[in-house]
Amino acid sequence: MLSIKNLSITFTNEFAVEAVHDVSLNIAPGERLGLVGESGSGKTMLALAISGLYPRSTTRISGEVLFNGTDILKCSSKELCRLRGKEIGMVFQEPMTSLNPLMKVGRQIEETLKMHTNTPPTRRRELALEAMESVELPDPKLTYEKYPHQLSGGQRQRAMIASAIIADPKLLIADEATTALDVTSQSQIIDLLARINERHGVAILFISHDLSVIRRLCNRVAVMHAGKIVEDSSTQAVFENPKDDYTKRLIAAIPTRDKRRRQT
Amino acid sequence: MTLKYILKRVGVFVVTLFVISTLAFIAFSIIPGDPVTRMLGMNASEERIVEMRSELGLDKPIHTRFFKWLQSFVTGDFGKSYSYSIPVRELLSDKVLTTASLSLMAFVFVLAISMPLGLLLSRYSIISSKGAKSSFQRAIISAATALNQIIMSIPPFFTGIIITYVFGLILRFFTPGAFVPYSGNPAAFYAYLIFPALSIALPRSAMVIKLIRGSVLNEAGSDYVRTAYSRGGGQWYVLLVHIMRNALIPVINFLAMTLSDIVAGSIIIEQVFAIPGMGRLLLLSISNRDYPVVQTIVVIIASVVVILNLLADVICQYIDPRIRIT
Ligand SMILES: Nc1ncnc2c1ncn2[C@@H]1O[C@H](COP(=O)(O)OP(=O)(O)OP(=O)(O)O)[C@@H](O)[C@H]1O
Ligand SMILES: [Mg+2]
Repeated sequence: MLSIKNLSITFTNEFAVEAVHDVSLNIAPGERLGLVGESGSGKTMLALAISGLYPRSTTRISGEVLFNGTDILKCSSKELCRLRGKEIGMVFQEPMTSLNPLMKVGRQIEETLKMHTNTPPTRRRELALEAMESVELPDPKLTYEKYPHQLSGGQRQRAMIASAIIADPKLLIADEATTALDVTSQSQIIDLLARINERHGVAILFISHDLSVIRRLCNRVAVMHAGKIVEDSSTQAVFENPKDDYTKRLIAAIPTRDKRRRQT
Repeated sequence: MTLKYILKRVGVFVVTLFVISTLAFIAFSIIPGDPVTRMLGMNASEERIVEMRSELGLDKPIHTRFFKWLQSFVTGDFGKSYSYSIPVRELLSDKVLTTASLSLMAFVFVLAISMPLGLLLSRYSIISSKGAKSSFQRAIISAATALNQIIMSIPPFFTGIIITYVFGLILRFFTPGAFVPYSGNPAAFYAYLIFPALSIALPRSAMVIKLIRGSVLNEAGSDYVRTAYSRGGGQWYVLLVHIMRNALIPVINFLAMTLSDIVAGSIIIEQVFAIPGMGRLLLLSISNRDYPVVQTIVVIIASVVVILNLLADVICQYIDPRIRIT
């Protein structure tokens, strides 16, 4: 469904960083792919390239991002608008600032429908309430009328997820969707994403720098290091038999009950 | 909005007016010059001057005079003009109408010029920062920004002089100095005000355009804007629905200041275009030491400033739920 071929992104500003270097990656329909890597390894840039949201004026981009056969990098802005939200849903790293502070949460959730369909307002509201129900936002009718600053971080992230899945996209990109949250909300969101994946069959690209979180959710893992993909195989294979040194170090860094027992 | 909030704002309003009128009264007692000698001339007899002073109450100490003025002012009696010998209310009514019309017309021009142009300039500035731009587009944006900067820095009286010269003397769109009062012919009255209003509006529109552009560009980099694009929003949609609402908050406060500024600044433009408005009357009354007139105008201008700021606050609260008082 999604096929990235030899993608490179270089900043053309004074820093001249190559954020993504010759990356090739495939995502099949319904798959849950984890993308892991340390801070600054280029995960967000890769995600932004998939939806055509990378900073155009300060970067040079090469390669292909094929989504069901169309190269996203060659799309006109109109074609991109049709893809975003409808085919590719996105949840971003920063739950506190990713929602418009002046717009009711419910309206932001149903906005994707407003942009892509002719659903009448009352029906949109119903669908938004349903989506809010499915991401387990408390008291949807009340939350619909709230503004982002009246929600907790976890609730905002749920609202973001609701708005990303409301138009039934084929691919959901969650860029560190749980990083800013406490452990309990984190695992609730992961369970939620797993359920959404099972129910709607939407493929998920789950980006994180935390391998233990990825292990819980994903059946495949790609490891990114300094702009390159250094490892890409099934979760089990990566954990049992990591090929790359960097992956080994990442795995060694996960605190587990086993290891702690061994150390004492 | 609660009753407590309303009471608080009204309280602030009353206190502000009280402080300002007190200060104006004190300032006027300190500066040299005397209304009586102004009225009677240099060679009036000593008895006549004393008589006149007690007639106007000027022989009383300043606090007695102030409270007497205050007492009649709050009951709606603004006093009698020393130099025109008619009630201030009567003297001011058509002057206030003239200045209010001029100021409002100028303000409408500011809105009509700066809103569409500000939006357009912002929209193309955003595109250029997002990459998809031609060198032609970039040149247009730079030229527009530079022109805006120039217009912004021309003082209104100078714009007024140029407009008088070009549209009045050369093109003859209007006759400079041929002001028609509202009671004479309303249409001609408004027609005469167009060019003065334009002189006031031009530099201020440029300021508002600059502010809109800066505010929009500032908001355009926010995360929620990226979210809106990620849902499939187009450039205009995201600009109008998401960015604009956030970007307008500083603009609304500035517009309130602009309108108060226009009212206060009408003094100058009324001189340039020979409009007998409140501003001209204020200048005359200050030099004649016509206290009742000056005090009333000071209170009017202060009220306008306070009310406009209150209005801006209310509008911002309506737009921004985070500062809303419930
Ligand atoms: N505007 C910019 N100008 C120059 N370099 C940038 C810019 N934005 C990002 N970079 C660089 O691009 C690289 C990749 O950044 P990216 O945001 O994709 O990292 P990330 O893997 O998402 O990190 P994190 O886990 O912290 O979110 C980094 O080295 C960063 O310094
Ligand atoms: Mg990131």
